[in-house]
Amino acid sequence: MKENKKDNTESEIPYLITVQNLNAFYSDFQALKNINLNIKPFTVMAFIGPSGCGKSTLIRIFNRMNDYIDGFRIEGNVIISGEDIYSKTVHTENLRKQVGMVFQKPNPFPKSIFDNVAYGLKIQGIKDKKFIEERVEKSLKQVVLWDEVKDNLKKNAYGLSGGQQQRLCIARTLAVEPSIVLMDEPTSALDPISTAKIEDLIFELKNKYTIVIVTHNMQQAARISDQTAFFYLGEMIEVGKTQQIFTNPKQKRTENYISGHFG
Amino acid sequence: MIKTQERIIEKLLLISALFTILTTVLIIIVLSYEAVIFFSDVSIIDFFTDTQWTPLFDEKHFGILPLLTGTLMTTLVAMSIALPVGLSIAIYLNEYSNKRFRAIVKPALELLAAVPTVIYGFFALVIVTPFLQMFIPNLAGFSSLSAGIVMGIMIIPYVSSLSEDALFAVPKSLREAAYGMGSTRFQTVFKVTLPAASSGVIVAVILAISRAIGETMIVAIAAGQQPRLTLNPLVPIETITAYIVQVSLGDVPHNSLEYRTIFAAGITLFVFTFILNNISFWLRKKYREKYD
Repeated sequence: MKENKKDNTESEIPYLITVQNLNAFYSDFQALKNINLNIKPFTVMAFIGPSGCGKSTLIRIFNRMNDYIDGFRIEGNVIISGEDIYSKTVHTENLRKQVGMVFQKPNPFPKSIFDNVAYGLKIQGIKDKKFIEERVEKSLKQVVLWDEVKDNLKKNAYGLSGGQQQRLCIARTLAVEPSIVLMDEPTSALDPISTAKIEDLIFELKNKYTIVIVTHNMQQAARISDQTAFFYLGEMIEVGKTQQIFTNPKQKRTENYISGHFG
Repeated sequence: MIKTQERIIEKLLLISALFTILTTVLIIIVLSYEAVIFFSDVSIIDFFTDTQWTPLFDEKHFGILPLLTGTLMTTLVAMSIALPVGLSIAIYLNEYSNKRFRAIVKPALELLAAVPTVIYGFFALVIVTPFLQMFIPNLAGFSSLSAGIVMGIMIIPYVSSLSEDALFAVPKSLREAAYGMGSTRFQTVFKVTLPAASSGVIVAVILAISRAIGETMIVAIAAGQQPRLTLNPLVPIETITAYIVQVSLGDVPHNSLEYRTIFAAGITLFVFTFILNNISFWLRKKYREKYD
């Protein structure tokens, strides 16, 4: 993360992520309409809204995961750590080392627990065994999985439960020390106990990372996020402090959605 | 009325299924019966240890080893072509190419398997061998090298098609995980997708080997009819299949010892391909459960 110089002008507020006039298209279909959004470092930003509202599209723009979809294109700017991530000089590989992602369904590699967490370090060409071992242990401790797996690090990750697998995937993402962690409905495939563990984890992680989370679970957004943005049909209807969005929304549509009138 | 019709159709289907099994069983019985008579005249130890195969000469030797090495040599040459090329094609089609290119190339590749093997055979003899002789002057007119190369080209679609299916079966979520960690395309393929599909690729390879071992026409035409124990790919050899062709079409009297050699050779071949097919069947079953 580059340090922003502190000028006296107001435009230099050190937002970690800045989205300016963003439009996104899947071929002819416009998935996002004129989005403007700022995310501060070391906060949890939640995206809520009904299915197809564009929230997953937006989170996947932050690490350019949509690049693999035929016909996908954007207009506007997305600036992370002071750099336009869609400029031609940006390597997506480097971007993704800085902006990690946790997916909807736990997706560990069919490798050992150790190799899963070490994967990101190894593909960066790191060979120092001691360094890798320390980082693996640290990451697994961060996600509170270490005590459960420390004797079975050589075992295949597929032997873990769904909740453990998802925490492993988070550890895998943290091992390369990104500054931002994107989470696309990380608990939607998990039982309530595993979900609670992940939520506790997110609460801990925001001391060190900036987290953007997409969730269908309104209570979850209310519990864990500092800021919430509500999306509807490709538009960002409202963004603000989570408490304000849930207790005193400015927009009628936000209120209707939160109170369960639609979606 | 409809019920009886249903019952007749069901029985007809059952009969056709049983017919296939019956055929296989009969083949095994006939092969074994003739082979047992053969092995009452020739010691099974000689059969597997003698280094000469000369049943049609005055001084008879019944060592299967020269035919086995001949078969393994052509198979080895074929696989050293088919595996790298087939796998590269599968990886390219699945991980790199766009959908339109894939839609054109995939059926075109399968056309390779539709070319009659006799055409591959004379292709090896009249085109590949003279071409190779320009670079390797001491290459004989018949050799395991040119027969193997052409056989390799023939089985490319077996490797590429089945490997591609295996790569295709790797869930998209695994690729996303790899890309999400900052992997390049190359790293994603070789560190995640290919290892995840490895058992399916192994199945493809085993089936291709089994096909190469059983292939007859190409080797009968282009590899020669000289059973000899050698690892030199440049000289004429004879494979098990080519020998069976030679005797079946020759003027060897039926029910003679010479005639029965083809059953002994045949059952050796059968055992080999049977084992290989079973390994691949077992692997495929195991691998199918993996992502469920």
